Amino acid sequence: MHLDHPGHSHHGSAVGADAHRPDGTRRALRIGLGGPVGSGKTATVAALCRELRDQLSLAVVTNDIYTREDAEFLLRNAVLPPERIQAVETGACPHTAIRDDISANLEAVEDLEDAVGPLDLILVESGGDNLTATFSKGLVDAQIFVIDVAGGDDIPRKGGPGVTTADLLVINKTDLAPYVGSDLERMARDAREQRGDLPVAFTSLTGEDGVAPVAAWVREQLAAWTAAA
Amino acid sequence: MTRAALLVLADGRFPAGGHAHSGGAEPAVKAGRIRDTRDLEAFCRGRLHTSGLTSAALAAAAALGLDPAALDEAADARTPSPALRATARRLGRQMLRAARATWPGPELDALATAFPRGAHQPVVLGLAARSAGLGPRDAAHCVAYEAVSGPATAAVRLLSLDPFQATAVLARLAPDMDLVAERAAEQAARAAHAGTDALPAASAPLLDITAEQHAAWPVRLFAS
Repeated sequence: MHLDHPGHSHHGSAVGADAHRPDGTRRALRIGLGGPVGSGKTATVAALCRELRDQLSLAVVTNDIYTREDAEFLLRNAVLPPERIQAVETGACPHTAIRDDISANLEAVEDLEDAVGPLDLILVESGGDNLTATFSKGLVDAQIFVIDVAGGDDIPRKGGPGVTTADLLVINKTDLAPYVGSDLERMARDAREQRGDLPVAFTSLTGEDGVAPVAAWVREQLAAWTAAA
Repeated sequence: MTRAALLVLADGRFPAGGHAHSGGAEPAVKAGRIRDTRDLEAFCRGRLHTSGLTSAALAAAAALGLDPAALDEAADARTPSPALRATARRLGRQMLRAARATWPGPELDALATAFPRGAHQPVVLGLAARSAGLGPRDAAHCVAYEAVSGPATAAVRLLSLDPFQATAVLARLAPDMDLVAERAAEQAARAAHAGTDALPAASAPLLDITAEQHAAWPVRLFAS
């Protein structure tokens, strides 16, 4: 039997939230992006990659529900080289893979750090799910919840774990507000009521530099993560 | 040892990646071989007595303390489908992560060092059972249950089967699970003297073939 190898007893981290890699170096900051189907999670990830890739070493994990479409969208748009994008299969339960059983996602982030590291930032995109989907703290350090104005301007008022507790709430597709009769001020007011001091970013990714408020928030998180080292 | 540790290990919510796998049920549903709970029961019974028995014996042998590296080789030899070998190692790696956090111990650490990309899942599960203070029969029971509970859960999602009926299928298979676990534990005990060649090598060729096909599907709900 292979018994005691004290020198190697820390090979591979058993605990996902550990801020250090097996070799003792600090691991990348991990930010999760969740939200309903079609709200613009993948488009936000793509825009963030374009915005940050020249200054940071980046990678992305996608959690597609039944295809590799999100991963392929990112590849097709060449936002990152293919070896920096990994897809996780979720067995019809996207929220399980990011919250209740994070083992496959942890493997993906660790494999990315091994293969193309050192990395500054890993974005973990969840499969489109409902308003209750949140990321485990064992998987990500901070999470963004993406909704859009076309999904109805009452979503912030309805709350739910994603809207209420995410570290950043992104309300996307503001350019569509006049066409779908969504009241942005009402959404901002309701979000403030649900979230207290937690930040909210309004975005329109079709516009020039549309992702800027999200990118600025990500940079703040990264600065705090680096400062804590 | 605590009896309740077996419930923790066998719980479908044990975070070791099983939820994303159908145990061959997805291709069987697509091919029309599973359409209702009767088909599901026949599918599960077949899987239990073939690959289920083989996996249960591997787990029992690992729980008994046989060399995990030799057992991993034995598992490879008993898994002709490359897709299923890859799946078994991926799930083994996920099981190892969960087990090391749940029941930390030097044997699991050594396995992680020897197999950084993952050993076959039943071998890891057997060693996890050992680390939890459970015996070979417990490990075999756990694997026998997994062999049928995985496809049953997947079939509920794939076919919108009545979940009560699907659970009743599992209950009806309980005596078969006991039988398979018992046999697996006996054969593992024999392998402790006679070597890993004495372990059962039952297989279901159709599961191997459809696993290869399923791995190539562009659109699927389950990873295997």
